[in-house]
Amino acid sequence: MAVDTKTVRRIAKLSKLALDETREAPMVKQLNGILEWVEQLKEVDVEGVQPMTSVVEQRLKMRDDVVADGDKADELMVNAPGGEDHFFVVPKVVE
Amino acid sequence: MALPSDLTELTLAQARDAVRSKQVSSRELTAAFLKRMEAARVLNSYVLETPDAALKMADAADKRIASGEARALEGLPLGIKDLYATKGVRTTACSKILENFVPPYESTVTQNLWNAGAVMLGKLNMDEFAMGSSTETSCWGPTVSPWRAKDSTAKIVPGGSSGGSAAAIAAHLCLAATGTDTGGSIRQPCAVSGIAGIKPTYGRCSRWGIVAYASSLDQAGPMGRDVRDCAILLKEMASVDAKDSTSVDLPVPDYEAAVDKGVKGLRIGIPKEYRVDGAPPEIDALWSKGAEWLKSQGAEIVEVSLPHTKYALATYYIIAPAEASSNLARYDGVRYGRRAEGIHDIAELYEKSRAEGFGKEVQRRILIGTYVLSSGYYDAYYLRAQKVRTLIARDFARAFEKCDVLLVPATPGPAFPFGQNEDDPVAMYLNDVFTVTVNLAGLPGMTVPAGLSANGLPLGLQFIGKAFDEETVFRAGRALEVAANFTAKPTEWWKE
Repeated sequence: MAVDTKTVRRIAKLSKLALDETREAPMVKQLNGILEWVEQLKEVDVEGVQPMTSVVEQRLKMRDDVVADGDKADELMVNAPGGEDHFFVVPKVVE
Repeated sequence: MALPSDLTELTLAQARDAVRSKQVSSRELTAAFLKRMEAARVLNSYVLETPDAALKMADAADKRIASGEARALEGLPLGIKDLYATKGVRTTACSKILENFVPPYESTVTQNLWNAGAVMLGKLNMDEFAMGSSTETSCWGPTVSPWRAKDSTAKIVPGGSSGGSAAAIAAHLCLAATGTDTGGSIRQPCAVSGIAGIKPTYGRCSRWGIVAYASSLDQAGPMGRDVRDCAILLKEMASVDAKDSTSVDLPVPDYEAAVDKGVKGLRIGIPKEYRVDGAPPEIDALWSKGAEWLKSQGAEIVEVSLPHTKYALATYYIIAPAEASSNLARYDGVRYGRRAEGIHDIAELYEKSRAEGFGKEVQRRILIGTYVLSSGYYDAYYLRAQKVRTLIARDFARAFEKCDVLLVPATPGPAFPFGQNEDDPVAMYLNDVFTVTVNLAGLPGMTVPAGLSANGLPLGLQFIGKAFDEETVFRAGRALEVAANFTAKPTEWWKE
């Protein structure tokens, strides 16, 4: 078994996902199912093989370091679930 | 050409010619589709219909046609997958977390389509964040395929994730549609819905403004009734874009001109590794028939080998969730999207908003992705998968030394009933067995309707081309389409 309940809780925390207790056991089972199935990659000889970084061989494009867009505060706030003026509102962060 | 009494029977190419020659107005054509959409709402292929905007766009197109300024897609009504941001029009990726999101910007691909004169009919259903093979994970409920098995009234899935697009095209609820393909999300729904679709080479279309799932695999592409329609649409969708640094600065060929060039002299590769254990014999039989059809038109059939094929699916289901877990980190309930109520601190805000907003499959992929990228597991899973990916791409490069295009099956079987793979994610993932290799290697892949299964449902075949050689893929696709002469249509049971 690759993952147990404790591991699932840890990765849920890392993923910033609230996972209620009733969902932990089924998730352990499903994640283990997936991880057991991907174990087959261990058979492959990858000695000396470079990991893929890009499927298309091209140099990463550079652009001029100048402001090309912006001044859209009103537009940016349109979809904010909590916003006042041009600020995103969140619960108190510092006690 | 004599116009059919029902304008929705026209293909995109036929409609284009009819509109341009003023045999029919864009308004008439658009109105015909809007009416048919209304009568087919039980399919749930559209998650948002935009009739007012559509008619306005149609009128503008008719004006341009009248003044002799028609552009490539002038006045042609299309459906848009709900993964494409459309300015001022709700765009949700079919996720509760974006249920009220109205983008203040337009995706590059859809902007290209409007710049070519196309008309938008509405937004099409899909699996949540494009994660799925059945369109069952949409927060707006599943799309129902217009197809039904022989002597059956059971509802079946349209495939996914671009299942709304596939169903809408098959039921003639648009001339053609956009899709996106990360592991087969254009090709699989096309194959099981009896239509054509192409995932172009990675970099052909800009990804800007398309909700991201797995950025190194995602690619936009057209879905249509036939190969020609896809060729016409891809020409307009493709472009180099300063807003997507992975979009490629290569001229976009006139794909439509390539369609009728035939396969005489083309070397068609048949990779033996695509004969998988447990696939129904009718899939193998159809594949052999496809090779015969091409051979009889003068193509040369060449046996090739892609030895790492069997590892592609496992590689994909490490890389795609890893990228998804990173891309979906942006949904935090702060800047846009759903926010949970009754929250006391910032950690709770993130965790509850995401738990409420993301569906089951999305959460599963985020957790898997986080795990394979986490400290101590990164090398064993993610890095190893990226190395296997290099080997998979190398297999293709070697195969293309011996052939011009590959012919392979599209799916391991026809469309399946609802709920079949609900609690078995791995069984659902197996639907992508013939399609994910193409995304991992960044190559163009096209599915074309090729025949019916024993129970009367559509089956497709797939062509895989060299990078940026969509033209050969279209040529081969058209040759197969002509030979297969797929004329079956779903009965219009939804009108009863």
